[in-house]
Amino acid sequence: MLSRRNPQLNAHGELIHLLSIEGLPKAVLTQILDTAGTFLSVNDREVKKVPLLRGKSVFNLFFENSTRTRTTFEIAAKRLSADVINLDIARSSAAKGESLLDTIANLSAMHADMFVVRHSESGAPYLIAQHCAPHVHVVNAGDGRHAHPTQGLLDMYTIRHYKQDFSSLVVAIVGDIVHSRVARSDIHALSTLGAAEIRAVGPKTLVPGDLREMGVRVCHDMAEGLRDADVVIMLRLQNERMSGAMLPSAAEFAKSYGLTPEKLKGAKSDAIVMHPGPINRGVEIDSAVADGAHSVILPQVTFGIAVRMAVMSIIAGNEA
Amino acid sequence: MKILIRSGRVIDPASGRDERADLAIASGRIVAIGQVADFGADREIDAAGLVVAPGLVDLAARLREPGRKHQGMLESELQAAAAGGITSLVCPPDTEPALDEPGLVEMLKFRARKLSRCRLFPLGALTRGLAGEVLTEMAELTEAGCVGFSQADTAIRDTLVLQRALQYAATFGYAVWLRPQDAWLGKGVAASGALATRLGLSGVPVAAETIALHTLFELMRITGARVHLCRLSSAAGVALLRTAKAEGLPLTADVSINSLHLSDVDIGYFNADMRLTPPLRQGKDRDALRAALADGTIDALVSDHNPVDDDAKTLPFGEAEPGATGLELLLSLALKWGEDSGVGLGQALARVTCGPVGVLGEALGSLAASAGRLVEGGVADVCVFDPEAAWRLEPGMLKSQGKHTPFSFASTGMALPGRVRATLVAGTVAYEASPV
Repeated sequence: MLSRRNPQLNAHGELIHLLSIEGLPKAVLTQILDTAGTFLSVNDREVKKVPLLRGKSVFNLFFENSTRTRTTFEIAAKRLSADVINLDIARSSAAKGESLLDTIANLSAMHADMFVVRHSESGAPYLIAQHCAPHVHVVNAGDGRHAHPTQGLLDMYTIRHYKQDFSSLVVAIVGDIVHSRVARSDIHALSTLGAAEIRAVGPKTLVPGDLREMGVRVCHDMAEGLRDADVVIMLRLQNERMSGAMLPSAAEFAKSYGLTPEKLKGAKSDAIVMHPGPINRGVEIDSAVADGAHSVILPQVTFGIAVRMAVMSIIAGNEA
Repeated sequence: MKILIRSGRVIDPASGRDERADLAIASGRIVAIGQVADFGADREIDAAGLVVAPGLVDLAARLREPGRKHQGMLESELQAAAAGGITSLVCPPDTEPALDEPGLVEMLKFRARKLSRCRLFPLGALTRGLAGEVLTEMAELTEAGCVGFSQADTAIRDTLVLQRALQYAATFGYAVWLRPQDAWLGKGVAASGALATRLGLSGVPVAAETIALHTLFELMRITGARVHLCRLSSAAGVALLRTAKAEGLPLTADVSINSLHLSDVDIGYFNADMRLTPPLRQGKDRDALRAALADGTIDALVSDHNPVDDDAKTLPFGEAEPGATGLELLLSLALKWGEDSGVGLGQALARVTCGPVGVLGEALGSLAASAGRLVEGGVADVCVFDPEAAWRLEPGMLKSQGKHTPFSFASTGMALPGRVRATLVAGTVAYEASPV
C-alpha cells in the first residue's frame, strides 16, 4: 500500500492543519511552543491584540458541546485580530439532517479561512481537511477518542515551563486513558519530545494492556504509577463512565485512583499536578491537591490561549 | 447456438487439467474439450494466449435488492458480476426487507433471470427479519430457491434460539451460513490492536470471533447441523477452524478478498474505504488466512461485494457504512494471491470455482455435478481471461453502482493481474470485453 504524506503537512513539511500530534516532527512541536512563548506577553498587555490574522475569518465548528475549549479558541483568535464566528452545529444543521460535508461546503462558501472543529467521531477533522478548499486551514479541537492536539501542546508548554528539559522526566497520566483524546495527544507529544518514561495509570477497564503499543508503561496500581513521578496528569472522569460496566462508582474510583495529598507524596517532592479541566473535585482529584502547591491547573488555562494563538498563526502562514 | 472457444489454455482446477485445447459448446453444455475440428460452430472465440476457466462462483455478494436500490441495482450488479467472470453468485438475506418469505425470494430470482444470465442463489434469513427470535419457514424458502440460511451480519444473541435454529435446519439437512461474531464484543468499528488504540477507534477483539466459534462448534456437536463459516478474520479463528475440521465437524469456510489482502494499517488516516465488516485485522491474521486458503482449511474466496454510495462513505470513519465493491475484483485478487503466495494459477482458481461449489454441495441440485468445473457433458459456465493483462483500477470504470474499494490504484499504487475477456453462462455469452 502507498504510504501517504501526513495530511497536516505541505510538500515542504510545514504545518497547514493541526489534526494530531502523531507524526509531527519535534521541530514543529518546538516551533509551536517557542511561538506560544512570544504570545504570552501579549496576554499581559493593556491592548491584548496582534494583527496577524486581521481580515481572516475563523469558524468555530462544535459538533459536540464544549464551552471552555470553544471560548479559549475564540479568545485566541480575537487576540490575533481575526473575525470569529461560533457555530453550535450540535443544535443546528446536524439536527436538521444536513451532512457534515454539506455543512463544510456551505461554510466554505461564506469564505471561511480556518475551521476549528470538535466532533464526537475520531477522524472527523481529517475528513473535513480532505474536503475543504485548499486555502482553508483546519484545527482539531478534539475528535472522539482520537486527538486533542492543542490540549496536548499546552500540556507540553506547561511541563516545559516548570521542568525545562523532557529527557529526564517521568510523567504519569491517570484515569480514563482508553477514552481520552487528551491522553493520546499527551502520549504522542511526550514521546516526540523525548520524555524518559510515560505511565498510564488506572483500572484495566480504563487502561487496557494494548496501550503498551503506544510506548507507555501501564500501571494498574496507583502507588506504582506515581512513584517518583515529575509530572502527574489527572484526566477528567466523564459522568457517563462513573457507573456501569467500566466502573462501579465514582467513589470506588476515587478510593483507588483519586489523587489525594497522601498519594501525591509518592511522587517527587517538586512534582507538578495537571488537569485538562473541568475537574470533578473529590472524584479524580481532591480539592487539597487541585488548590495546593503542586497544582498548575490554572496556569495551564493561561498557557492554552498562547498555544492556540501560536497554532493558528503558524498554520495560517503556511500555504497548502 | 454452438460456440467454439479455440486454442485457449483450458484450466479445470477440480481435475487438474491444464492444457492448450479447444472447448466446444452446444445447447448450453460443454460437448468436447481437446482438438476440435469439424464442429460447425455458429460463433468462434479466439482464446489464443488466454485462459479458459470455469465461471467463477462467488459465495457473498449483496445486490441491494429488494430495498436499497440507490446503492446498487440488480441490473448493474449482475452486469458487474458477468464482467468479473462470475457465473453464479450467492446473496445474503440482509436486504430490505430481509429474505424471510418465499415470495421475496421468488421475486428476486424472477427479476434476476429477466435481467441477466448469471445464476443467483439466495440465502434465506435464518430468523424472521434477522431479529434472532423466530425461525423462518425454511422448507418453503428452500422450495422457493434458497440454498441455505443465514443471519448475514446480525448475530443471534439468544443462544437458545441459535441452538433451535441449528436443530431445525439439521432436521432437513439445510446448511446454516454464519459469520462468527459475538453480538456484544463485536460492536466496534476497527479490529482491536495498536492501530485502533492509536486512532481512538472502538475495537472488535479477536475474542468476538473465537467466542462465537466455540459456541457454534459446541452447538454443532449437539445438533449435527452443517455450518458454513462466512468471512473468517483472525489467525485464532483459523486455528479453531482447523481443529474443528480435523475433529470431523461438517464445516466449510470462506474469507473475503479484503481480509486476504489488507490489514488494519491500511486504514491510514481514517480512510473510510477501509471500513469493512469484519474489520481488517493485523498482518499476522492476514498471513494465517492466506495460509489457510492455500491448504484448503478455508474452502472459498469471496468478493463480499457490498456497494456503498458516496453519501454513506464520506463520513467520519466510525459513522461510514461498512462495505466495498468486489464483484469485478474477485478474479484479479484471486490471481494476485496465487502469484504472491506461490500456490499458482490452478489453486487460485480452485478457490473461486470448485471450492465454493463444494460449499454449496447438493443445494445446487443438478448443477452440483459440473458447476465450477470444465467437463465434457457439463454445464457451459465459462470465464475466458487474459492472465498477462495488468490493469489499474479506477473506480469510475466499474459497472457496479458501488465505486468504493480499498484496491483503487490511487490508494494502493498497485496494478491488478488478469482481465476478463468473456463470460459464458449455460453456453451463452453473458459478457464480452470490447476488443482492445
